[in-house]
Amino acid sequence: MGDLGREVSLTAPARPPGTDAATRRRRPRGRGRHEGRIALLFISPWLIGFAVFMAYPVLYTAYLSLTDYDVINDPSFVGLDNYRELVADEKVTLALRNTFVYTAMSVPAQLVFSLALALLLQRAGRAAGFFRTAFFLPKMTPPVAVGVLLLMLLNGQSGLVNEFLGWFGINGPNWTTDPAWVKPGLVIMSLWTVGASVIILLAALQQVPEELLDAARVDGAGWWQRLWHVTLPIISPAIYFIVVVDTIASLQSFTEAYTAFFGAGNTTYSNDAALFYAIYLFQQAFEFLHMGYASALAMLLFLIVMIVTAVQVWLSRRYVHYTGDTR
Amino acid sequence: MSTLDRTTVPADPDPTPTGPVPVDLDPSSTRRPDTSRPRGRVTRVVVGALLVLVTIAFVYPFVWLVSASLKPRSDVFDNRLIPETLTFDNYIEVWNAAPMAAWLLNTAFVTVMATLTVTISSSLVAWGFARYRFRGRNALFGLVLASMMVPGAATMIPTYLIWNSLGMVGTLTPLWAGNLFATAFYVFLLRQFFLGLPTELFDAAEMDGAGHWKVFWHIALPLTRPALAVVALFEFQAAWTDLMRGLIYLRDREDFTVPRGLKSMLDQFGFGGEWHWELVVTASVITTVPMIIVFFIGQKQIIQGVATTGTKG
Repeated sequence: MGDLGREVSLTAPARPPGTDAATRRRRPRGRGRHEGRIALLFISPWLIGFAVFMAYPVLYTAYLSLTDYDVINDPSFVGLDNYRELVADEKVTLALRNTFVYTAMSVPAQLVFSLALALLLQRAGRAAGFFRTAFFLPKMTPPVAVGVLLLMLLNGQSGLVNEFLGWFGINGPNWTTDPAWVKPGLVIMSLWTVGASVIILLAALQQVPEELLDAARVDGAGWWQRLWHVTLPIISPAIYFIVVVDTIASLQSFTEAYTAFFGAGNTTYSNDAALFYAIYLFQQAFEFLHMGYASALAMLLFLIVMIVTAVQVWLSRRYVHYTGDTR
Repeated sequence: MSTLDRTTVPADPDPTPTGPVPVDLDPSSTRRPDTSRPRGRVTRVVVGALLVLVTIAFVYPFVWLVSASLKPRSDVFDNRLIPETLTFDNYIEVWNAAPMAAWLLNTAFVTVMATLTVTISSSLVAWGFARYRFRGRNALFGLVLASMMVPGAATMIPTYLIWNSLGMVGTLTPLWAGNLFATAFYVFLLRQFFLGLPTELFDAAEMDGAGHWKVFWHIALPLTRPALAVVALFEFQAAWTDLMRGLIYLRDREDFTVPRGLKSMLDQFGFGGEWHWELVVTASVITTVPMIIVFFIGQKQIIQGVATTGTKG
């Protein structure tokens, strides 16, 4: 590195000192090739990582999806058999349905809930810092512990949630064992860890110009109209960001449900209602060592995420509103 | 306080993305309390009551968990706030029932290595993208962004095969060593921050004879401390709480991380731990407490970091 440094110090003074700031904001030209080499050195960790842990694995997954592979014996080419099997596999249909249903429930629920909390926080006045901390804290909980809490708090007989519901004369369902209530239970737990979205929406709400809201108020717009016609359009980029991130995360959700409802060892208990796609993929790959089949499952997930992302990008062009943005 | 500084739109002639804009997260400084209007007081009472209710709902699970860990087995589900019989036996018991010390040490090792390596490697890469112009830079940076969209499942199996062929399965290495090669999200965050620093400073240092490495390590990096703290805290949490890699790569009980160990206790004690709820609850407390401590140490940076990721997304 030292050599390179000296080399540069020889060429550097060639630049006329005191060139006006505007043209100097971008690096001066004339040293392109040399700088390129230095830059490559700096980004080389990512280049290597991208090649070894991203590009190669994606391509190799595509290849493995056309094979039968159990890690011990060499992969044997089977053409599209895995994909044919996948289409006929009832568990895949089940896992996909579970995942989509959970995503369709949890993403809107998390968005509405976090928006409500952000609006509350905005009016919290001096104590906002305290409440913000309280709302964010659950986000720090390791997902495994969230899975444990799910089993405890949503326990059908003696869980805290059902006891609370009991105060109002409601006989709470068996959240952890009744197939109809497993996914709603997971959604409730996901609401507990919504803190990051609250922070993001709160930050966006602070950017809403006060005079716009005042103008709307003067024009006779009520709270709801101001929210719907002024605030939400202005914070739509933050909403969009949260929807995209939450959707991708929900489609791949694994840890909480796996912790609570699946596992190895003495646990034979599993609940079909909580069989998410990522869980089934994990089981195929690392519990049954069906690496070829699991690779086909991974390719399908990849495709689904790409399609969902593309649809969201397309929708954002229509509905997301970027104002005064320098991007 | 002044409502002006928020409402004036900053005139930024520079079309390039600037570093993290300080996000104002303190509502009290920007919002006027609307006491002026007659309905204001009622609204405030309702808002206050809702805030308190939600806070209880958010914090109570922690209280429940800690309280349950201090109860004998038969009382775990009595849902009392204060244990009827207070006992620390579970904490002693859990140490006997599981190699908790080894799990904690393993997790600490993995977390520290993961955090250190990803912070250094990502800032190197981010600097390369922020400071230098070179052919293909935008295309490569596009790849960085695109790689964030690739689901983990699409790379999981070959990544396992790589570590397997290196004989590393069953060791802690696969849990952190991938971080030597930077992470797209952190590269993105740090690059944004570097772009917000004044170029003139680095040009001047170079003119004074500082080499590329020196400019990066001694000038740019120290200025980046706030962003580095955010990256380190994010990764610390991610590494400490990760279960998937522990499931894939760890074989022997002594090698487990705490989340992996907690999962193994659930598996070991019957249907999701029902034979020994009290131990599962206690292990959950032990798994969670370090994250709570980290949060209270780095709260400002974490919340600022989260807010920034949203506004920059």
